[in-house]
Amino acid sequence: MNVVFYISAAVAIVSTALAITRMNAVHALLYLIVSLLAVALVFYVLGAPFVAALEVIIYAGAIMVLFLFVVMMLNLGPESVEQEQQWVKWYVWVGPVFLAGILIIELIYILLGERSLLAGNHNVSPTQVAVTLFGPYLLGVELASMVLLAGLIGANRLGRGSTSGRGKGKDR
Amino acid sequence: MTASVPVEHSLFLAAILFVLGLVGVLARRNVMFILLSIEVMFNAAGIAFVAAGSEWAQADGQVMFMFILAVTAAEVAVGLALLLRLYRHFTTLNIDAASKMRG
Amino acid sequence: MLGLLWLVPILPYAGFLILTLLGRYLPRKVSGVVGTAAVGGSVVVTVLLWISFVSAPPPDNVYVQLLWPWIQVGSFSPEITLHLDSLSLVMISVVTFVGFLIHLYSTQFMIDEERYNRFFAEMNLFVGSMLTLVLADNLLLLFFGWEGVGLCSYLLIGFWYQDPANGRAARKAFIVTRIGDAALAFGLFLLFDNLGTLRIQELMQRATEQWSVGSGIAVAAAALVLGGAIGKSAQVPLQIWLPDAMAGPTPVSALIHAATMVTAGVYLIARTHALFILAPAVQLAVAIIGAVTLLLSGFSGLAQRDIKRVLAYSTISQIGYMFLALGVGAWSAAIFHLMTHACFKALLFLSAGVIILRLEHEHDIYKMGGLRRELPLVFWVFLIGACSLSAVPVITAGFYSKDLILYDAWVSASGSPWLWGAGLLGALLTSFYTFRAFFVAFLREPTPTVKKASPLTRTGAAMGIPLIVLAVLAIVAGVADLPPILGNKPFLTDFLHTALPEVNEVRGSLGLERLLTSISGLVSVIGIAVMYFLFIPFPRLVQRATKTPVGVALHQLWQAGWGFDWLDNEFIVRPFVWLARLDKDDVIDLFYDGVAWVTRGLYHALSYTQTGGVRLYAAAIALGAIFVAALVVFL
Repeated sequence: MNVVFYISAAVAIVSTALAITRMNAVHALLYLIVSLLAVALVFYVLGAPFVAALEVIIYAGAIMVLFLFVVMMLNLGPESVEQEQQWVKWYVWVGPVFLAGILIIELIYILLGERSLLAGNHNVSPTQVAVTLFGPYLLGVELASMVLLAGLIGANRLGRGSTSGRGKGKDR
Repeated sequence: MTASVPVEHSLFLAAILFVLGLVGVLARRNVMFILLSIEVMFNAAGIAFVAAGSEWAQADGQVMFMFILAVTAAEVAVGLALLLRLYRHFTTLNIDAASKMRG
Repeated sequence: MLGLLWLVPILPYAGFLILTLLGRYLPRKVSGVVGTAAVGGSVVVTVLLWISFVSAPPPDNVYVQLLWPWIQVGSFSPEITLHLDSLSLVMISVVTFVGFLIHLYSTQFMIDEERYNRFFAEMNLFVGSMLTLVLADNLLLLFFGWEGVGLCSYLLIGFWYQDPANGRAARKAFIVTRIGDAALAFGLFLLFDNLGTLRIQELMQRATEQWSVGSGIAVAAAALVLGGAIGKSAQVPLQIWLPDAMAGPTPVSALIHAATMVTAGVYLIARTHALFILAPAVQLAVAIIGAVTLLLSGFSGLAQRDIKRVLAYSTISQIGYMFLALGVGAWSAAIFHLMTHACFKALLFLSAGVIILRLEHEHDIYKMGGLRRELPLVFWVFLIGACSLSAVPVITAGFYSKDLILYDAWVSASGSPWLWGAGLLGALLTSFYTFRAFFVAFLREPTPTVKKASPLTRTGAAMGIPLIVLAVLAIVAGVADLPPILGNKPFLTDFLHTALPEVNEVRGSLGLERLLTSISGLVSVIGIAVMYFLFIPFPRLVQRATKTPVGVALHQLWQAGWGFDWLDNEFIVRPFVWLARLDKDDVIDLFYDGVAWVTRGLYHALSYTQTGGVRLYAAAIALGAIFVAALVVFL
């Protein structure tokens, strides 16, 4: 089982790296979906099957699809690829990679200081998750629903745009 | 047949993915790619939570991941709506176009 | 009935409050009545206090009334306490009575004034402050009253503020007296620091016990108190504000700058006499300052054209007499002269006011003339006042008080014949300038200004009664203290003996007194006669004299008040203005400007980070995260 973890981890890393370096938006999104699927597998190996399912259904299946919808809506065409190539030259990567490098070194340093517990991973079943979710974290569930409502209304209003939103309502 | 992956390795994975997402945010100019990289960072954080929950045999990690998922969904919705407004206003997806709050 | 003491200062303050808060809603008559009645109430209470005090004197002849504790900081705890003894009783009588008459006069004099109620409010505030000053039991409360009268003086001199010259005169008065006030404040600090109390009676006692005669500390304290008195009483070298203060309305000049405020310095020195007894050098300085001032301003009065300025210099001169008396240890004589001076000087000012009003604000005596026919009442009362001022023998009050001073100047242990001589010369000068003004203004041929002037429709009882009352007082007030050769009934001196020490006579005798009295009487009459001849039958003598080079120089010197204004301008004002210009950009402020400058610089520097670029901001966030992680790692 450990092997599955490491292979999926490698796939996730590689496909994420590819995703952020593509010129074509759709390609990048598809690579990212691959990465998410790999991460779902990682979740399954870690003993969290419910979250693995959620990762696939919601993250890869809804959020990424939403991205794809928007890309399609924008209908950018091949000029966008050329534009990206102009914007993303090799020297653009230098600074971010440097900063990120320092950060990763720090993180690894912190993580290496931890004692390694050989107890391994435990399987946390969906039942347990549900009990915890609707028990102590009930308020969080309600708040999450409010966040989603806020996101919904916000996206609705913002997405309407300047031409179709005017004329209705009192605040012009 | 439960795995016994040390928790540090999961956290390494989370760290690496997070840093990759960070690089994507800083390096790309296209708003779409920036949003995408932000998603990567969210995901990485979620991995960290789930790994920790698995380590301590608590469901809290997964619960946290679900909350992250909900927030991410809302954020993506609003972010993409903003992207559309941006595109309609500036006719470009270059994030540097929206830099009027200067000085 | 002594318990009513608190009403004496409170009634005018109440009048002030009512007139300030409600004045604009009250019709003129009511404002005038309120203002006058407030002071009138104080008069009534004063009379009641007299009756109680004389018939049943309180223990030690002192009555103290604590109103409330004021400040309590460690050992510093002055209170609002009123102190009534014979000295303060005399003073409040003068202030309230003359004040009442002047308020009555003003109800008609100021009738055309737009800010009528404001005038009465400020006058009431003045009377209240003056009474506080006089009744104060401790020096801090006295200083409170001192400042209050200074404020009202400023407000009232500049009453017609639309003319900037009046504002300048008011500021000049305030600033010059401020110098004196600063000296007095330092004196207060010194006294409290060394003696631990500001209650006047305790202070005097402790000073006498702890300080030796002539010690440095006593000299310093007395000198500082003297500084305060000089400023407020317009003695040399701080006399320059009083002639210019005539820019205010005539009742103001009468009340503040003749009868009451300028005598506050005299009162202060009399009150703190123990300090001066402990510092004989300073007491001598008081006498010398008095003598010098009375001579200098006497000469200046000879060369003035404005009738109010003549009276102003006369006031300075007469207060010089009071200082002379204080300096030779004749404390009660000074207070006696203060009393009589208040009566006849107020009378002279009020009559001058009637003339000015009648001639539509003409102040120049050379433009008056023949007023005997036009204003007969004013003619007679002015004559009475002028005679009293010149100390015409026996029949006027001024004679008794001035004569007492002159006699004490000769016979006192701290006096000398030289001081007497200065006083005598001053008496001659007094006759000269007073009657010069009188003859020129009243007995010459009427000038065109006078012929043009229309009869006053406004003179009525309100202006006439005070004139008559003051004229009567200017004649009979002398009976308060009859010298040995003329009845020997020193009522006032005996009454004041409980508060002020007696004169230490060394050279006196009855025969000497007769001689000196006759000399001074003669001098005043001679003065009148000379002036008559110089101005009525033979005016050309004076005209020729003033055209000679010496005459011109003297005339200019005297008219400018011996050049004190010029001195002050050259040696004090100009260097100060030069220094102020040097510091125009406010060197000290550079420090605070520096703080602002650094902040602005930082702002400019930091504003470069606000580029509006989102990626830069994201990079900054990343940097911040790195920094925090580093903190966690390494700390």
